[in-house]
Amino acid sequence: MTGRSASRVMSGSLAYLLLLALSFTILLPLGWMITVALKPDYAPVFTSPTQWFPTGDWHWENFGRALSDPARPFLRYTLNTLVIVALNIVGTVISCSLVGYAFARLRFRGREFLFGVLIVTLLIPWHVLLIPQFLMYFKLGWYGTILPLVVPAFFGNAFFIFLIRQYIRTLPRELELAATVDGCNRLQVFWHVVLPLCRPVLAVCVVFSFLTSWNDLLGPLIYLLRNEDYTVAIGMANMVSRANPKLNLLMAANLIMMVPPIVLYFVAQEKLVGGIASVGIKG
Amino acid sequence: MTAGVAVNVPPASPPPDRAVGRSSGRRRRSASERREARAGILFASPWLIGMLAFTVGPIVASIVISLTDWSLSSSPNFVGLDNYSDMFGSRDFRNSVTVTLTYVLIGVPLFQVAGLALALLLNLKLPGMRIFRTILFLPAVLSGVAVAVLWSQLLNPDGPVNDALRLLGVADPPGWLSSPRWSVPAVVLIGLWSTGTGAIIYLAGLQNVPPELYEVARIDGAGPIRAFFRITLPMITPTLLFTLLNGIIGAFQMFDIAYVLGGSRGGSGGSLSFYLLYLWNEGFRNGRFGYASALAWVFVVVAGVLIVAILKTSNRWVYEESGER
Repeated sequence: MTGRSASRVMSGSLAYLLLLALSFTILLPLGWMITVALKPDYAPVFTSPTQWFPTGDWHWENFGRALSDPARPFLRYTLNTLVIVALNIVGTVISCSLVGYAFARLRFRGREFLFGVLIVTLLIPWHVLLIPQFLMYFKLGWYGTILPLVVPAFFGNAFFIFLIRQYIRTLPRELELAATVDGCNRLQVFWHVVLPLCRPVLAVCVVFSFLTSWNDLLGPLIYLLRNEDYTVAIGMANMVSRANPKLNLLMAANLIMMVPPIVLYFVAQEKLVGGIASVGIKG
Repeated sequence: MTAGVAVNVPPASPPPDRAVGRSSGRRRRSASERREARAGILFASPWLIGMLAFTVGPIVASIVISLTDWSLSSSPNFVGLDNYSDMFGSRDFRNSVTVTLTYVLIGVPLFQVAGLALALLLNLKLPGMRIFRTILFLPAVLSGVAVAVLWSQLLNPDGPVNDALRLLGVADPPGWLSSPRWSVPAVVLIGLWSTGTGAIIYLAGLQNVPPELYEVARIDGAGPIRAFFRITLPMITPTLLFTLLNGIIGAFQMFDIAYVLGGSRGGSGGSLSFYLLYLWNEGFRNGRFGYASALAWVFVVVAGVLIVAILKTSNRWVYEESGER
């Protein structure tokens, strides 16, 4: 920065121009999607000039029709997905906070070695697990149920355990010691003292756990067999591959799929952006 | 993301509380220490069990399975390295490697440059920057499926993208997904739309550069361009390295977008048959468990070699806090 005010104003307005242009590249496609979602059946979609924003003739009932379409019941898909998401969040929070607490505070033989193992498991490409896990779940009779998609969450996730462990180590120990002196056992200390203090890091885990299971396609595609068990991701993927889908309903359903992550994004933007950033920087 | 996550994890330092436990020398472990150790194992047991059942067990099994001809139709026989040699004679395998590497070669450099440029722009101290960040980071939360569904229509030969291109004077815009040649570039274009996700990581890297360095550079009379090449770029090389590795690994994990855009068989003429989609087809549609496991291990080995090679050469170009360059 040269500090000369004229060039400052110039580069400032150039930056705004660029930012505005880039913002439009994000917003226009989303606007187009809403426009198409609100159109009546068989109305022309690929018009020239393109209709980027809805102007009139809004068919809000398209959302209801997409949700209750008997061939592809998106309401059903949404509820199915929410069940999987909720169980993943519950499982992740319970298991990862327990294990994170053990690695942060409890001394036991082999702890450092096991923590090293935990870090190594972060590096394992999960491709190699696909086939053997499938065969295992198949033998257990879990094929065709949601069990393969939710049970592993109750056994901890290396990355979330790592985050929680790091966080607990930054907490002062005095409160835990005081609780111990007052006669709390380990579980009570964990439950009444540590867990409430961990709220910020648990929120990060909840947000990411929500997004991963809500957005997951490969898992449900491998394990779910019946249309009435499908998740939103499979529903969308199947709907688009059908010949000549009704584009207004396709986009309405797609919008329904995008809403929960977007709402989450506006509620927890700091946590989300901070979480993604912490993956990429040192320390 | 998972595979790259630990690349920048700081080395586990010995916990400070350890010294306290050991300070009294080698004495017998007290009852309370034994209780603590028991509690520790108990608290960690969900992960211990999960790690053995869902990770270590399957990995060992996967190696063994990859040496058999196990499939839906036949019980497993040991076939040695046949699966591995079959692979290299398979046209579909070579095609999926070509598709994936084409995407890496076109996409990764573009994503690096675009992500860094966007992060630089979003790092400017201007009023209203929060709003722009909010908008541009938005694609980070959207699923591959939803983004791909939207773009499958935007990229229709008569769709909005080509309409915009015609407005800009492109007389004969590409057919995108209907043309095998333009399918991978279409996926790259969709990736560029999500540049904000990468920019989040670069922005964090930029904000970690000590501001004093820029102050010194300014006093020494360095302009913004010099400051970028002499300070910013060297200081964020660890971030660049991380995103480079992540980008390459991510290409081999590309599934959702390819599946939605090209269907389960990988697009017209296999033009979107990315590596993982090919693996999924062989393993779960054709039921060739042995062969698909071998495919997974080839990826592990290639990724491992690549990561080691990049890390080995990185000391020449990655800046590290305490070490010499």
